[in-house]
Amino acid sequence: MKILTGNDLGTGDVVWWTGSDWSRHVADAVDVDNHGEAIAAAEEAARRVNAPYVIDAEQTPQGPRPGHIKDRIRAAGPTVRLDLNIKPADPAAGSWVI
Amino acid sequence: MYKYDQYDQAIVDARVEEFRDQVQRRLAGEISEDQFKPLRLMNGLYLQLHAYMLRVAIPYGTLDSRQMRMLAHIARKYDKDYGHFTTRQNLQYNWIKLEDAADILADLASVEMHAIQTSGNCIRNISSDQFAGAAADEVTDPRPWAELLRQWSTFHPEFSYLPRKFKIAVIAAEEDRAAVKLHDIGLQIHRNDAGELGFRVFVGGGMGRTPMVAPVIREFLPTADFVSYMEACLRVYNRYGRRDNIYKARIKILVHEIGAEEYARQVEEEWAHVKTLGLDPPAGEFERIAAHFAPPAFEGGLSDDLDRTDPDFALWLDQNVKAHKQPGYAIVNISLKPVSGIPGDASSAQIDLMADLAERYSFDELRVTHAQNIVLPHVKKADLYTIWQQLEANGLATPNLDLISDIIACPGLDYCSLANARSIPVAQKIADRFAGLDRQRDLGELKLKISGCINACGHHHAGHIGILGVDRKGTENYQLLLGGSGAEDASLGRITGPGFDEDGVVDAIERTVEKYRELRTEGERFLDTYRRVGMDPFKEAIYG
Ligand code: HEM
Ligand code: SF4
Repeated sequence: MKILTGNDLGTGDVVWWTGSDWSRHVADAVDVDNHGEAIAAAEEAARRVNAPYVIDAEQTPQGPRPGHIKDRIRAAGPTVRLDLNIKPADPAAGSWVI
Repeated sequence: MYKYDQYDQAIVDARVEEFRDQVQRRLAGEISEDQFKPLRLMNGLYLQLHAYMLRVAIPYGTLDSRQMRMLAHIARKYDKDYGHFTTRQNLQYNWIKLEDAADILADLASVEMHAIQTSGNCIRNISSDQFAGAAADEVTDPRPWAELLRQWSTFHPEFSYLPRKFKIAVIAAEEDRAAVKLHDIGLQIHRNDAGELGFRVFVGGGMGRTPMVAPVIREFLPTADFVSYMEACLRVYNRYGRRDNIYKARIKILVHEIGAEEYARQVEEEWAHVKTLGLDPPAGEFERIAAHFAPPAFEGGLSDDLDRTDPDFALWLDQNVKAHKQPGYAIVNISLKPVSGIPGDASSAQIDLMADLAERYSFDELRVTHAQNIVLPHVKKADLYTIWQQLEANGLATPNLDLISDIIACPGLDYCSLANARSIPVAQKIADRFAGLDRQRDLGELKLKISGCINACGHHHAGHIGILGVDRKGTENYQLLLGGSGAEDASLGRITGPGFDEDGVVDAIERTVEKYRELRTEGERFLDTYRRVGMDPFKEAIYG
């Protein structure tokens, strides 16, 4: 699947396209098929996101898992500061990223 | 320490308001990211993996307790309660909101700080010897010259759009603690036979994808000609640097392509013209600057005796405390490399504590080192035990300066959008593997440096042992390099062979240092042994 990500313009938070809005949780991301670029352009123009781009992801029971480790780290947070992760208490966070 | 005059303060304040306006226009949609990006970068604001990242300049690594407390305050108020001290003697915040950026810059400006010259193709924040003004081996304090460079280079209209970024370091000792030969320009102040001070000028060093050790282009530059000569060096680069290819745009490529001699000749030619322009400030102006760096009011007649009965204190003394030029005083190195910690990271509470210690015990001065540690430069020996106890209570007394666990590591893939692999977890695994202090001390001086990509922010080329993170078909992979040095004996490390995964590279390092223990002769550091025996024995130990 293909999903769309970027950073919130004002806060810089990593965000994922949910089909109608942006979420901080990659689990909310939807398959954008081949519409990613168009959505990205429209959302960027509307100032709802900064530097959006389309990535490959794999659909899993827990939701989309980005194909590249870089985007998994973006989704979860730094692997060396699990206390700052988006789900700090999640014991599975480590294996999900690596 | 240097204090802003009205001009310094006015330009920094004006910059904050200009940026506030630019941010507002960006948030209001009046300008696009393409238009805004160069503007935010001129104010040290990057977009990184998790948020905006703000890089704060700490000119030549010197700051006072008021400034240090402001760094803690910003971390607490606008970030996630910590900051990352970098190899460029700066500080980075990883979780900044664009909405807060102008307020943060205003807070910084209130203590004579800013984020100018921390990005872009300009002359970047000047770096220097962290022991400046305190080192027993310096001929003068290099910082007044660094400050003069700062004033000359800040907003220099001709050099705001160079072919590429430009980094200058200044030292005044034989021991090179600032890696001058790995800078675009490295300056070493020394005395000539007549006893006058002047600069040895190195040009064209650097790391990144094409690492180079800078050649000397002038053995002795009289101090009176300093600014005009720098101007000439930059002009030649600005005119002939490779703007056509970003990978060839640094001055090191120009100097390498035309040769150091030819570059020097062109500089002399340009300088003959520049000298007539009256750019060199009158001696009075330099003295005005230098007066800010007058030595603090050291007490005379202090004893050098120390009570070493506490063995942990004695260990720390031997490893982290260095000789001061003033009898009865010492230089304290605060390691930001605790086992399992993140190299260079400090919490707001730790930053505040270090500020308190500086205020009470070090004439209000702190330094940031390129090895990502902090220095209290002027401490009375009689106060060392008290300082150590407070550092110890706050996780800041790891006695590992220049040992294998005193690792330089760039943010890597945990924070950096350019990264290929993570650096910090590798640093942590190595520090864990060698956690035993006896073992570390037995290995002696061993500088280990890690970068998460070829940009080499973690100085891997200059590590006695270096690690470079690469992307191998989507997985993290690590190349091992041996034999680099960023010191006065500068050299570039060589790759051992095929790369490793994270655990593999830790094992390879262990085999490397065991080989060293087997081969070393009395008093030989790892680097010396490597230079004597070469790569082959290590290769064999690593790959079998
Ligand atoms: C996280 C954001 C960062 C980005 C985007 C970044 C970007 C870069 C790039 C592109 C280069 C290569 C320049 C070239 O080869 O022409 C470079 C070099 C360098 N950076 Fe960074 N860097 C970052 C963080 C850091 C940090 C945290 C430090 C200090 C620990 C640092 C210190 C350096 C140094 C020392 C070099 C090599 C010296 C040189 O050739 O300029 N950088 N950086
Ligand atoms: S070396 Fe690469 S990964 Fe490390 S901070 Fe620099 S650009 Fe980022």
